[in-house]
Formats: sequence, C-alpha cells, structure tokens
Amino acid sequence: MTYYAYLVAVFVLLTGVFGIVRSRNLIHTVVCLSVAQSGTYVLLLAIGYQRGVSPPVFGSPPVKPTTSVTDPLVQALTLTDIVVSATVTALLLAIAVQVHKRHGTVDPNELVALEG
Amino acid sequence: MVTFDDGVALVPPIAIAVPIVVACVLLAVGRRLPRMVVDATAFACAAGEVGMLAVLLERAAHGRVVTWSGHWNPKNGYSVGIVLVSDALGAGIALLAAALVVLALVYSWRYFDDVDAHYHCLVLLFLAGMVGFALTGDLFDMFVFFELMGAAAYALTGFKIEDRTAVQGALNFGVVNSLGAYIALMGVGLLYARVGNLTLPQLGEALAHHKPDALLVAAFVAVMTGLLVKAAMTPFHFWLADAHAVAPTPICVLFSGVMVPLGIYGAFRVYWVVFSRVFPVGDIRRAFVVMGVMTALVGAVMCLAQRHFKRLLAYSTIAHVGLFLVAAGCLSDSGTAGAALYIAGHAGVKCALFLLAGTMLNRYGSVDEIDLFGRAVDAKIMRWLFLVSGLALAGIPPFGTGLGKAVSEEAASHVGYVWAPVLFVAVSAATGAAVLRATGRVYFGLGEPPPERLSHRGTSGSEEEPEVKGLLGRVRLTMLVPILVLLGGSLALGLLPGAHAAAEHAASAFTDPSAYAKEALTGREVVGTPPVHVGNWTMAGVLLDLLSAGLAVGGAALALYGARVARLTRIAGRGLPALQGLRRVHSGLVTDYVAWLMTGVVVLGGLVGLPLR
Repeated sequence: MTYYAYLVAVFVLLTGVFGIVRSRNLIHTVVCLSVAQSGTYVLLLAIGYQRGVSPPVFGSPPVKPTTSVTDPLVQALTLTDIVVSATVTALLLAIAVQVHKRHGTVDPNELVALEG
Repeated sequence: MVTFDDGVALVPPIAIAVPIVVACVLLAVGRRLPRMVVDATAFACAAGEVGMLAVLLERAAHGRVVTWSGHWNPKNGYSVGIVLVSDALGAGIALLAAALVVLALVYSWRYFDDVDAHYHCLVLLFLAGMVGFALTGDLFDMFVFFELMGAAAYALTGFKIEDRTAVQGALNFGVVNSLGAYIALMGVGLLYARVGNLTLPQLGEALAHHKPDALLVAAFVAVMTGLLVKAAMTPFHFWLADAHAVAPTPICVLFSGVMVPLGIYGAFRVYWVVFSRVFPVGDIRRAFVVMGVMTALVGAVMCLAQRHFKRLLAYSTIAHVGLFLVAAGCLSDSGTAGAALYIAGHAGVKCALFLLAGTMLNRYGSVDEIDLFGRAVDAKIMRWLFLVSGLALAGIPPFGTGLGKAVSEEAASHVGYVWAPVLFVAVSAATGAAVLRATGRVYFGLGEPPPERLSHRGTSGSEEEPEVKGLLGRVRLTMLVPILVLLGGSLALGLLPGAHAAAEHAASAFTDPSAYAKEALTGREVVGTPPVHVGNWTMAGVLLDLLSAGLAVGGAALALYGARVARLTRIAGRGLPALQGLRRVHSGLVTDYVAWLMTGVVVLGGLVGLPLR
C-alpha cells in the first residue's frame, strides 16, 4: 500500500484552494476551482487502482469473469465528477464574463458591491 | 410490512424524474409557448409533486419507503445498487420544498414581467435536486443532487444578470459551495476506500463497530464541511448573505426556507446513519453545539447591523441555522424533533418575510430601511403583515417558530445545556427586533429620521433592481395569497394538536441507524417506538416565547428611539469597533471566503479529532 497518490490528491486540492485565496483574476479563480476538483479525480482513481491488473472491460476473451480488475465504480464516479465540474466551470466562467461587464474588472478583490 | 416492490416505492424516483423531464420540455419548446402556458405547466408540475410527496409522507410515517433502483435489491444484506430511502423527515422536507416551489411560482406569475421559460426550467431543476437530496440513501448521489441543486441555485442567484450585485453574489455562492462539495467528495472517496460501498445503510453497518481513526475523522470532517457549507454554518456562512441579498425574491424563499435547512438535514442524516456508532456522542455534540452557538451569535449581531432588508433577513436565517444546529446537535430525539418543527415553522415565517420584502422592492423601488424611512405609511395591509411576521420570527405563540423554539429549548436543557433557553430567546428576539425596527421605520414612520452619517456604511438596499416594469401601484393578489398561505402554514403548525407528537415520532425513526439499515437492506419492517402523546405547548415554552416576542418589541423600540438616551449611545459607541471588525470580515470577496472555509475545516477537525487522542 502506498500513500503517494493520496498525498498527491490532497496536495492538488490544497494547491487549488491556495490559488483561489491568492487569486487576482476571476478566470484564474474559476480555473483554480477546477484544479482543486482535480484532486478529487486523483483520489477516486487512486482508490480503485491496483498494480498489475487489467482494466474493467470484460468483453474480450482473455479477460475471464474471475480476473482481477481495477474498480470500475470509482471510475464511474470520476466521470460523473467531471460532468459536474464542466457544468459548474462553464456557469462560473459565464458569471465571470458578466462580472467583467458590470464591474469593469476581473480582480476579485476589487468587487465592492457587497460588504458588511 | 416494507417490501421493495411496493407500489409506493415508485413514488420517490418518479418525484425526482418528473421535474427534470418537465424542465427539459420547457427548455426545448418554452420559447414558442405563451408565458401563461409555461407558468401553468411549471405550476402543474410542482403541484403534482406536492401531491406525490404528500402520499409518500403519509406512507413514510408508518415505515420507511425503500426503492432500490432497477430492482438491484440486496441479497443477504448486500447490494451494489443505488437506493432511495424515504422516512418521515426526508419526505417531509421534500414536501416542504415542493410546497415552497408552488408558492414561489405563484408569486412569480405576475411578478417577473419578462422572464423566459428558462426561469421555470431552473426552478424545476432546483426542485428535482432538493427532492433527490432529501430522499437519497446513497452518499455519492447526495453529492450529485447537492451539485444539481447548487448549479440551478447559482444560475438563479445571478438571474438578474444586469445587476452588478447579483453577479457578484452568484460568483461567491458558486465558488464557495462548489469547493465545499469537492471537499465533501474527498470524504466520500475516503469512506468508499475504507468500506467499499456507498449506500448510507451499508456504510453505517460496516462502520458500526469501528474504532474512530484518523481516516474516519478526515472523512467525517470532509463530508460535514460540504453539507454545512450549504447549511451556512459560521465560518462557512459568508456566501449566504451575498446570495440571498441579490437573488430574485421568489428564489430567496427557496434558499432560506428549504435549501439551507436541507444542509442541516443532510449533515444529520449522514451523522446518524453512518457515523453515530463510530464517534463518542459527547465529542460530536460539543462540536455541533459550539459551531451552532457561534453561528447564531454572528448571525444575530450581523442581522441587527443591516439596513438592506433582504440582507437583514439573510443574516436572520444564519442566526436561525445556528439555533437549528444547537437543537439537532443535542443528538437526542427531542432535539431532532425540535429542530424539525423549528425548520418548518421558520420556513413559513421567513418565506413570508422574503415575499413581503419583494412587495416592498416593487412598490417603492428599494429595500433600504434608511432610504424608505416613512415612505410606506400608506400601506394598509402590508404593515400589519410585516408586524405579525416580525413577531412570529421572534417566536410568538402559537406560531410554529414558537413551538419549535420551545421544544428545542427543552431538549437542549435536557442534555445539560441549561443556558440554551437564554441563547434561543436572545437570538430569536434579536432577529425579530431587526425586522420590527425596519417595519417601524418604513411602514409606520416611527423613530427619528435616521442620521445622515449612517447612510454610507455597508450594503445599502437602494441599488436593488425592481423585478417588474415600473413600480406597482398596489400589491397584486398573486403576491398576497402566498404570503397569507405561508403565515397560515406556520400558524397551523403551532395549532395542530398532533404536531409535536408527530415530530417526536419522526425524529425517533431518524435517529435510529440500525432500523434504517435493516429496513433498507432486508425490506423487513422494524417495529419502532410507538408514537408518544405529548401536547404541543408547555407553560415554560409559552412564557419563554412571549419573553422573546417582548424583547423583540423592546429591542426594536430601543433601536428606533434609543439614540435619545445618551448613556446607551455611549455603550453602543464602545461596542462599535468590534462590530466594525465583524462587518469588515464580511467583505464580499470570494478569496476571503475560501480562506475562512479552510479555517472552518481546521476548527471542525480540531473539535472532532482532538478529543479522540
């Protein structure tokens, strides 16, 4: 058992968070959010991975039903996760464009319409 | 007898699918249909949901309704399928969501003059997300429905896309909530790694005899973070005020009335089914109560400091969320029952207040209590509705808010928090006082004309764009009726003789993880505790409720006339730097909010993890 992939997952998540906190551009903010989410992909795939086994495709003859395969469930979760990410990123980018139109800036620290 | 292939087991998946299908149809053909047809279709869909979920609630009250999708029924207590488990509280909060959507749609009918069908489409998707989230028995599905309701909610928040505050609020909401969801997904992954399963009942059974270790602490904190971001627990709450202040009024109803409480519901659902047999009860109780008290106090103070009426209501929601957290965080049946009653009662009152704020915006073009000083003294009905709602928010009997508050206070005292009634009374009185102060200024012209120096601090409500073409000369009937229905609903909850008993019964099912797992995995009904016959009101509860209402009136009077008393101004002057600091923390900047979110994760981790060492 190796912890390396798990550490990478947490590191990627925290990198994304750090990027958002230090962000000076909304596009950068939204992309950092995607980076943070990439951490979850790494984590999910790492959970299902086993060294030296085949992919979970049982159609072709050499793969018998008893063969060890990587866990297909986490791969399905990752796909769902990617779909969610695409939706949210697209939506947030559209909002970022609108913020630029209305506020005349894309620096998240210059948005002062709401405070207190 | 619970069986998997019971006819009523078809209701939960249909209730989730129907709004999605109708939303897609509206999106495809809505542009070519007259507005009236779009309104009627969306209304019919939501009303149908109310009917279906009412049937489900009736059945769920007698035993969980379990649906394994695609008949992947468990064999020997094990399944790789996906399950929907509806118990009384789950079906109840889904029904609440559907009912509020119906009222929001009625209110929007003549309210928005120029919306396309995509407004209705988003509202129905939002409803599907909420119903799915309430009924699912699968941890990953919880994340998916969380994001479905999230994505619809972000889009609805920024619906008035020409409004500069709306886009900023939507952005803050979207980034913070999505990040919370991803952190929760990390936790879901960790749990799957440990157990190899994702359904709540199987997770709960597998972990039942597990010692709490670092992985489980990390998974618990991560999952809770996501759910409590939705519930707007301090310090995850910053997005809420921004989103509520800028979203269209009928959408605020859905946010405050049911989306935020759904976060609480989800957190405690996961706690009870999955983690309640892992961690020592005392540690988790302490964690929830500490965070709840902090949330309640921050919400109450910020609520009093607002002049933007919708923002004021948003902070009042945060304050109440803190109280719900304390009540449910007692981790007892009566605490859960108290929280459930409080959530239902609060939904009626708070939603009525948001709709009233909408009428204010569209008659006077602003929701700023300073700008509108004395402007609305001619409103004959509205002023009294505002007054009643303000008192009901403080918990005046016999409103449902008062009942929930009384039951919660008693439950909290029962587990040893003798100071809890003081907190509940103070916080609910503060939120009531803030509403009554604004009502007094705007609708009764009470108090002194506000001093000029106040007028440039914080977010003012005068930038808010009206949601109709031109201002309304009078309030339309489609706006008045939902307000009356909501207030009436909250009143009925307090007056209905069996309300408290039903809530206790539902709560005892909610807090029983082994019965949940057994019914979900075997289909055999577990005989629960028989319903207890408790009356709604106790003398102590009524007196404490009256005390909060009295304090709310007193507080409002003090805020309106207090400046005359020189001594009080001095005290206020001394408190001001602290208040300024607290206000500055609510900066409106998404970068700050994300930093706070991570701080919250660490605090939560400390509260849960450190006592285990």
